[in-house]
Amino acid sequence: MIRVQRDDFDLGRELAALTAGNHKVGGLAVFVGLVRDMAGGDAVAAMTLEHYPGMTEKLLAEIEAEAKARWPLEASLVIHRYGRLEPGDRIVLVACASAHRQAALEACNFLIDWLKTKAPFWKLEEGAAGAKWVASRDSDETAAERWADKDNAAE
Amino acid sequence: MKLLYFAWLKTKTGVAEEEVSPPAEVTNVGELLAWLKDRGPGHAEALADLQVIRVAVNQAYADPDHPIKAGDEVALFPPVTGG
Repeated sequence: MIRVQRDDFDLGRELAALTAGNHKVGGLAVFVGLVRDMAGGDAVAAMTLEHYPGMTEKLLAEIEAEAKARWPLEASLVIHRYGRLEPGDRIVLVACASAHRQAALEACNFLIDWLKTKAPFWKLEEGAAGAKWVASRDSDETAAERWADKDNAAE
Repeated sequence: MKLLYFAWLKTKTGVAEEEVSPPAEVTNVGELLAWLKDRGPGHAEALADLQVIRVAVNQAYADPDHPIKAGDEVALFPPVTGG
């Protein structure tokens, strides 16, 4: 399931609902992204997440479908927020449930790696020097590419 | 054709979206970007370095040689930074 929303989410309630009644689930892996108060040595007072309505939902649904094709998942959930967020606020939730931990953990890792390099979100950070758009990081590209390498190795 | 601009591409061009009718010789994404540079100083600045611009045609990532036509929704944005 995919949700793109301005509002915060209740972590406990979301995770409980995701696996409720499904007793084939033996493992639930979760990633939660939070706003930090520092970026590259500069203090961050707040950030505003902009996105591309329509394409965001489409891309996230494609990424989720890819995860379900690669791993035997019983359930999955991606929630990504947009709008103005402050340090400590939740930005993103990725949760994957499977019979066993390996599939759940790997699928969760895959989803957040791909989301960071594909989903059309942009962060505008507010600091002492004003607001600036965050530049993409090569390390995120490298993290996402290792999943492509696995494909090649398997072929 | 509807154009959408996000993040600093919106700031630099000064528009979030606009309707354009490129000439017939503009048939793909690369040609569209080259044509857009001449729309004004804001567009010229925003499109100065094409390495840092990503394009989506009808909400799917598109390479410079991806064809475009009237009625398409074409979005221009920097590399994404969500998550």
